[in-house]
Amino acid sequence: MTTAPISAALRSFSARILAGMVLVLALLSPAAAELRIDITRGVVEPLPIAIVPFEGGNAQMSATGEEMASVISADLERSGLFRPLDPRSFLQQRPSMDALPRFADWRVLNAPALVYGRIVAADDGRLKVEFRLWDVFAEQQLAGLAYFTAPSNWRRIAHIIADAIYKRMTGEDGYFDTRIVYVAESGPANKRVKRLALMDQDGANHRFLSDGASLVLTPRFSPSQQEITYLSFAGGVPRVFIRDLDSNRQGAVGDFPGMTFSPRYSPEGERLVLSLAVDGNTEIYSVDLRTRATRRLTNNAAIDTSPSYAPDGRQIVFNSDRGGSQQLYVMDADGGNVRRISYGQGRYFTPVWSPRGDLIAFTKILGGKFHIGVMNPDGSGERILAEGFHVEGPTWAPNGRVLMFFRKDANDGGGGGSRSRLYTVDLSGHNEREVPTPQDASDPAWSPIHP
Amino acid sequence: MLRKWLMLAAVVVAVAACETSTEETAATGASGLGGSGSSGVSTIPSGSLSGQPYGSTGVQRSALGNPAEVERELVSTGDTVFFAFDSFSLDTVAQGTLDRQAALLLKSGGVNVNIEGHTDERGTREYNLALGERRATAVKDYLVAYGINPSRIRTISYGEERPAVVGSNEAAWAKNRRAVTLVVGGTAGS
Repeated sequence: MTTAPISAALRSFSARILAGMVLVLALLSPAAAELRIDITRGVVEPLPIAIVPFEGGNAQMSATGEEMASVISADLERSGLFRPLDPRSFLQQRPSMDALPRFADWRVLNAPALVYGRIVAADDGRLKVEFRLWDVFAEQQLAGLAYFTAPSNWRRIAHIIADAIYKRMTGEDGYFDTRIVYVAESGPANKRVKRLALMDQDGANHRFLSDGASLVLTPRFSPSQQEITYLSFAGGVPRVFIRDLDSNRQGAVGDFPGMTFSPRYSPEGERLVLSLAVDGNTEIYSVDLRTRATRRLTNNAAIDTSPSYAPDGRQIVFNSDRGGSQQLYVMDADGGNVRRISYGQGRYFTPVWSPRGDLIAFTKILGGKFHIGVMNPDGSGERILAEGFHVEGPTWAPNGRVLMFFRKDANDGGGGGSRSRLYTVDLSGHNEREVPTPQDASDPAWSPIHP
Repeated sequence: MLRKWLMLAAVVVAVAACETSTEETAATGASGLGGSGSSGVSTIPSGSLSGQPYGSTGVQRSALGNPAEVERELVSTGDTVFFAFDSFSLDTVAQGTLDRQAALLLKSGGVNVNIEGHTDERGTREYNLALGERRATAVKDYLVAYGINPSRIRTISYGEERPAVVGSNEAAWAKNRRAVTLVVGGTAGS
């Protein structure tokens, strides 16, 4: 019996959740043949999991408890790794938080994993949400946690519980307690209205950040999630802006003699890396956000754009046509030691370094089709995960196991904009899901883990 | 390649300018036209200012174009040039169009232009912004080589964001790979 892996997992987990919210109820060690999903394998048969509607002390709490179970189920189902069972099939409708579940009732359903929980009102008006995750066949508890939160925050707790289940079952950090910033599109194709929009990763809590008066493109989160950087045509000149998400204050970055675009934050958030076009020549610069000092990193007559830092901040991958066609290059963070990494067929664009550092995602155009793929940082091991008429702009889930991108359909020429939607795909390439958005969508950026 | 060609063009244009001496400077007399910088066509308060005489005191004379009229002429002479896929070279058709644009601008002092660079949808958003900027700059360089004062020309790239023709086919894409010259009003200088 060893509890070390679990407590280690809990330590890193609790570091990420809302302050003062976690309480360990009970911990038992995993059995020898532990229930576990290995997501490093190619295609994984989803694990059946029973998620019982959380018990509430009154009608309102019970309704919230039912919704929380639905949110947890939907998160886990979309990951492609879990298959939540229909609650109507459950034999034990209300397992008690204070007693062992009737394992036999769950074994006959062939449910190897069981989740249930309870919501009670704490004395200070907050909700106390508890849940337990069980290995039905080993008859052992895999996780048991409690959270305190404002009643309006229940969705977030559901995502945090889904993250805890994902982590306990896969050994990887979850990515459900995260948000997406993207560009919402509407209107005719030749006068497309584009607005910055923010939502939870499952599409809930959607809100627009800008009114569409200025064309905006390519928003990206700061590591703290307090800010986004993006391109805006406000004032008639395309420039990189930063917007504070709480105050909605915004401003252009730097005073450059030309168009600035394709911004991204450095891993520590102290710098932006972006492209500047002067006299038709696009180069990559870094901008220190405190001193506003700028530094030119490329010096080449080619187009150098779409830079993205490695998670350690020491290297930058970018897109350049310096060799005659668009390819991916890696350079040191100071601009030195440039080397090409993409050597496959086709043209490569929009490289994005995984937050784990192990892969670089990209857009590739080959044979009249667009593709989303990943390769190792040295360019080896290329794999295509999605393709179509137009797929573009991969962004990593913070655990580095899932990508989001946008998929645009061919335009029928009727004057309207092309249908464009956000999708997620995991690294197996077999689990592609549409992300619900209220209207057409493009340029998604996944947030880091909540601080 | 392009640079070499542009230098050659600059020489040719310089010779042409000597022969015709079309564009003269007018450091005086052009104030009050306003409307610098911002997009959209600004209107001149009253009448046409073109051909207004300044006497023979050694001050050079310039024909100040009425921006609205120049815009109309620009449209009729061809305000748009087209590009091959992922290219920013100006073919002979494009050069012919730009020759006419340049001639018009030379005789329309004080009128400034914005050159909008556009691409088709068959690239990524960020690369296309850079490509649109390349195209707009190629047009600007040509007009400057012809003799237009670079301070009269601004460039902006819209990348793939503002197609002229809506549709996902080669005919539409060919019309969207373009640079458009737009009059944005007049200021002092030529």
